[in-house]
Amino acid sequence: MQAVGPDKSQAGNAGEASQFLTFSLGAEEYGIEILKVQEIKGYSAITHIPNAPPHVKGVMNLRGTVVPVVDLRAKFSMEAVEYTKFTVIIVVTVNEKVAGLVVDAVSDVLNISSAEIRPAPDFGERVDTRFISGMAGVGEKLVVLLDMDRLLTEEEVAAQSGAN
Amino acid sequence: MSEENRAMQIDLSRFRETFFQEAAEHLAEMEAGLLRLEQNSFDPELLNAIFRAAHSIKGAAGMFGLEDVARFTHALESLLDGMRAGTITVTPEHSDVLLRANDVLRELLAAAADGTASPARMEAVLGELYVAQRSSPERADSPGRVREQDRKSGRRQYRVHFRPAAEIFAQGMDPLLVLRDLAQIGEPAEVEIDLASLPALASLDPEQCHLAWNVRVLTGKTEQEIRDIFAFVEDGAEIRIQVESAGTEPAAAPVATPAAAAQQTPANAREASIRVATSKVDKLIDLVGELVIAQSMAKEIADHFSTPRLSQLQEAVAVMERHIRELQERVMSVRMLPIGHIFGRFPRLVRDVSVQLGKDVRLQIAGEDTELDKSVVEQMGDPLTHLIRNAIDHGIESPEDRRRSGKPEQGLIRLAASHQAGSVIVEVSDDGGGLDTDAIRRKALERGLIGASDSLSEDQVRELIFAPGFSTAPAVSDLSGRGVGMDVVKRNVAALNGSVSLASEPGRGTTVRISLPLTLAILDGLLLKVGSETYVLPLVAIVESIRPAAGQVRLVAGRGEVALVRGEALPLLRLHGLFGIPTQVQDPCQGLTVIIEHGGQRFALLVDELLGQQQVVIKSLEANYRKVEGVLGATILGDGRAALILDVGGLSQVARRAGSVGLAA
Repeated sequence: MQAVGPDKSQAGNAGEASQFLTFSLGAEEYGIEILKVQEIKGYSAITHIPNAPPHVKGVMNLRGTVVPVVDLRAKFSMEAVEYTKFTVIIVVTVNEKVAGLVVDAVSDVLNISSAEIRPAPDFGERVDTRFISGMAGVGEKLVVLLDMDRLLTEEEVAAQSGAN
Repeated sequence: MSEENRAMQIDLSRFRETFFQEAAEHLAEMEAGLLRLEQNSFDPELLNAIFRAAHSIKGAAGMFGLEDVARFTHALESLLDGMRAGTITVTPEHSDVLLRANDVLRELLAAAADGTASPARMEAVLGELYVAQRSSPERADSPGRVREQDRKSGRRQYRVHFRPAAEIFAQGMDPLLVLRDLAQIGEPAEVEIDLASLPALASLDPEQCHLAWNVRVLTGKTEQEIRDIFAFVEDGAEIRIQVESAGTEPAAAPVATPAAAAQQTPANAREASIRVATSKVDKLIDLVGELVIAQSMAKEIADHFSTPRLSQLQEAVAVMERHIRELQERVMSVRMLPIGHIFGRFPRLVRDVSVQLGKDVRLQIAGEDTELDKSVVEQMGDPLTHLIRNAIDHGIESPEDRRRSGKPEQGLIRLAASHQAGSVIVEVSDDGGGLDTDAIRRKALERGLIGASDSLSEDQVRELIFAPGFSTAPAVSDLSGRGVGMDVVKRNVAALNGSVSLASEPGRGTTVRISLPLTLAILDGLLLKVGSETYVLPLVAIVESIRPAAGQVRLVAGRGEVALVRGEALPLLRLHGLFGIPTQVQDPCQGLTVIIEHGGQRFALLVDELLGQQQVVIKSLEANYRKVEGVLGATILGDGRAALILDVGGLSQVARRAGSVGLAA
């Protein structure tokens, strides 16, 4: 037992599992680390912000706090769809800032071990891979894991350079 | 010192901390302004801002009896005034002197805060300030210049013997500070410590001073100036000052350079703090206790949940909700301070100013328990000081005049605060002669604020006293009359989302009425609609709203649009265009224009329709997003939607840019 113990934990370290919340955008599946997710809520009225980048849809009221809403379809230059009552907003907290992400639908919570995560392939010029932390095959699906810190920090940097 | 005077001094000491904090802010403002001034040599707006900062420091320093600070800032202010009026041409040397003066002022304030003597180079820089304003009449009687010459006449070596009173520590003095000052007036001195009266350890009283010092110092100061250093410790002390030699100047005398001295300036960054009544904290603790109980009840139900217990759970949640709401209110109230916090300093001010002006004035205070947001209370200090000074200086007549017009010789100034429908009203009223509208009109004409043919109503004439650079005082006094008072008042109050109004009756007196929001977190707003979006416009900025008739909106130079309102051409801003909102209302005659005033500038804002007036709670947009131009913050409307609050200052900048296009033509 004692001999097996450290072996096991080592294996655990190498393939340490994290939980990811997966959601769909069109036919694609994306995942974000569940620790960044504060809550999931239905679509609520969004107030337009003047002169904001196109993927920043505006701000919403989250129980008295004013929170910006980012449309991930617009962010990834995907075709826009009409918001319906099935449209979901994932509220995330990154660097103590709260933001809402508009996605098509939430799918599942998956355990993905780090061994299963592969680096994002180089798509060349066609696809912006800056926000992708890796890809994981889960069953038949391929899940694109997003780097939330980078996604929303880039947001801020872009916004600030826009403001100056 | 009479008993009463002593009481007043102690009372005043409560506000010293506030004064030093404010002074530090003003200094920082001045420094930033001076540095910018160097880049764009003569920007009147910038000079005005620097001048106002210096003026505020001077005023408050006078009140606290910090004579060196007041004297120094007066010289600084005179120079700035000359620059502002254009009688002095600004050269790079001027900004050098001003920056140096800024450094000295910081040292002076630090010294005043610590209760130590003023920095040695103060007089030298004071001299420079007077020299810099060559055309100023104040040059002739400048003490700074005289001392400047003294200094050149050579330095002497003094031997100073100092044995402080044994109980010096009990008096709150530190002999080391005195020695440090002594070291600063001349060459790095030779110091001998005299241990002769140091008792054996067994009989040593650690709370007494048993030491004496012999200091050799080479300085250009006179014996009296050296003696002045000991002014605070001379009681019971043994102080002997002897001239050892009328020594010749050493070839390379290492005089402290301004830069080096500036580095020594301690950075006295004091942290903002708040004082809260214990009863408020006790109540908070009680509430948290109740909340914990409510939470454990809810948890118990949730842990053993079955459908029949749903109503119990709902009830427990409702209890928690009630406690949380009350907690929220109480926590907000921690930020509230009674306005009496600043009222307390005015009796002294009234006394000093009225004595100085040879008037007899009584101050009546009411409503000092009225509570306001801490930051609002703190920022009301300057405006109220200006108003009270003005009331004594310009409002109350001399005792002879009052007797002649059948009034009691003693004038009355009333300072009153009260709650009125979600705002706090602060009134400063006097029973003096009232505003002389003819004099105001003449002065405004003279200053070029109005044209000779302008026809103004009495009210409009009275409003002129709020214009920058306006003053009716015939003589420039230490107190007021530089024309900074009223525009500072208006600006400070506007910065707090408040408003100022004026009522005056000839022969009966003047009342200045300041209306302030209860807290900075709540704002009186006008809801308006553009396209499908709702915006909130701060009510204080709105002058009126009109629907322009055809022909009232013109295109100037093919680009800028102006709205003609009663003969005045105001830049027209289309909110839908500015914010990129699709709307049906493109023709100004179909929508509404709201006339907005900010910082003395007016412009018209085109919106689709007005929805009504409402108090809104200001929520930060920056907390989770970032600053957006033209937007002050956000709020949550009754229907749960977020709405943006328009930033009048930001919009007026946009209007100014647009206006400069329009008005250039």
